[in-house]
Amino acid sequence: MRNVKTVAFIVSAAALLSACSSTKLQETPVVEKTPVAQTTPPADTSRDIRPVETGTVDPLNDPKGVLANRSVYFDYDSYVVRDDGKPVVENHSAYLTKHKERKVLIQGNTDERGGTEYNLALGQKRAEAVRKAMVALGVSDGQLEAVSLGEEKPKATGSNEAAWAENRRADIVYQ
Amino acid sequence: MKKLHTLLFSATLLMGVAAHAQVRVEIAGVSGTQIPVAVAAFADESVAPDQVSAIIRADLERSGVFKVIDARQAISDTASVDLGAFKASGADALVVGSVSRLADGRFQVRYKLLDTVKQTQLSQLSDAVSARNTRLEAHRIADDVYEKLTGVRGIFSTRISYVKVNPSGGNHSYELVVADADGENEQVAAYGRESIISPAWSPDGTKVAYVSFEKRKPIIYVQNLVTGQRAIIANEKGSNSAPSWSPDGTRLALSLSKTGNTQVFIVNADGSGMHRLTNGNGIDTEPQFSADGQSIYFVSDRSGGPQIYKMSVNGGQPTRVTFKGSYNISPRVSPDGKTLAWISQRDGVFSLYAMDLASGQEQRLADGATEPSFSPNGKYIMYANKGGGRASLAVVSVDGRVKQRLSTQAGNIKEPSWGPFMK
Repeated sequence: MRNVKTVAFIVSAAALLSACSSTKLQETPVVEKTPVAQTTPPADTSRDIRPVETGTVDPLNDPKGVLANRSVYFDYDSYVVRDDGKPVVENHSAYLTKHKERKVLIQGNTDERGGTEYNLALGQKRAEAVRKAMVALGVSDGQLEAVSLGEEKPKATGSNEAAWAENRRADIVYQ
Repeated sequence: MKKLHTLLFSATLLMGVAAHAQVRVEIAGVSGTQIPVAVAAFADESVAPDQVSAIIRADLERSGVFKVIDARQAISDTASVDLGAFKASGADALVVGSVSRLADGRFQVRYKLLDTVKQTQLSQLSDAVSARNTRLEAHRIADDVYEKLTGVRGIFSTRISYVKVNPSGGNHSYELVVADADGENEQVAAYGRESIISPAWSPDGTKVAYVSFEKRKPIIYVQNLVTGQRAIIANEKGSNSAPSWSPDGTRLALSLSKTGNTQVFIVNADGSGMHRLTNGNGIDTEPQFSADGQSIYFVSDRSGGPQIYKMSVNGGQPTRVTFKGSYNISPRVSPDGKTLAWISQRDGVFSLYAMDLASGQEQRLADGATEPSFSPNGKYIMYANKGGGRASLAVVSVDGRVKQRLSTQAGNIKEPSWGPFMK
């Protein structure tokens, strides 16, 4: 930019001078230095370091991964894994067959209605259904323990169908 | 590891003083015919820390079988009494007594039960008790009055056990509590962050079996109430629950899911000799020894929904006991073996029923009920009240007439177990 302006000035100065050839003295053009706006220089990244994580990240700990979902839900009076629970069973079964040193507790739950001990037995049926499904997908027996919490640890409080549905559930808990 | 548990879950020794909110008992129903009994204040009873006559009066009233008349005066056991006047005022019997402080700091409590009609003495007691035990002595006197006038042993000096749930209670979120039958004297036997269910007193009243979820699965413990020592009776693969003592205290029946489905097992009181009893393909649970220790009542869903069955403790074919309704659980047998109490769901409501085992005749006793427990004299059943709001306990007499409600100011109380007669 500076060069263009300098040339422009010289040309105009020359034009001015040629226009005034009868004058006695040739004035020396004064080159005024006008302040030129500063432009951002390109970033110098030559000293930045990009970190690298060594080893593979355990997919179990990824809060956005499929293994973050560890609950299988059941219909009222039912101990059959619904279609919407099958991906949970499949994903964790796949992980456990690859990681034979990992063990899980499968905790079955019921909603609050009914007797404490009978509900413990019903919760056990839910845990057992998930356990059997995982064994069928190749997980070894020693990695799984099906237990029941019955109605003792509800995830949702309230005496309504929404809360009850949330509590009819088996959870996969890594040991 | 066991030692650590003993430290973490140490029992409050019986010497300790209870520091918890007490349980309130409200009377909501009384017997059809009531025996009118006048109770006098005991002479000098203010020297003792507990007002003996007031405890006796409250016990007799709570039983529902007495119309308690306040004699409105103190009458010593040594005083001569105008029994005719008391008969005229409507009392069939009169309770009198005295309390005196002994040189060693104990108290001598004397009492007499007088028949106003026959004008004779029916009973008397005289005991030296510690300050702390004046309350227990009052209960013993009330038991004596009850027994002499009804022919049935009283339960006022027995204890009850239940689970208290304290929301945001930290490491006291769940407490296994022991209290007097009137709700007084609460003491915490075990406490922690995870649930405790199914407490069961040993027949001699020194131990309690219970299911704890402290290891993220149900495990059965037996704890000595006095020493605080506890042992794991069953921690098999899967769930371990529903402990029930044999009448002689040598064995427990339990529910285990170790074979894949929940089944009834028998084990010695020290955890040895575990063997399977039932052979169902579904759920067999909630075992209860019969009064003679020869049979086990239990819940099975082998016919579809849960029903109550009975089988020999030595094995064999079970016979079905309940036939009405599609959901019958929680069998409990009266100490004399004649009555079965259980929970039946009919038309969506969970109700307490009692059946005369000889005739099969059943009677509905209470609605909104689960977890029944017989008093040791077989006359009352304590149960958990699940209807809306805070969980509480209630008592109903076996004939359905007498009703009591036990509630606590804070927290929920549930899972009751009525303790045995103590020597």
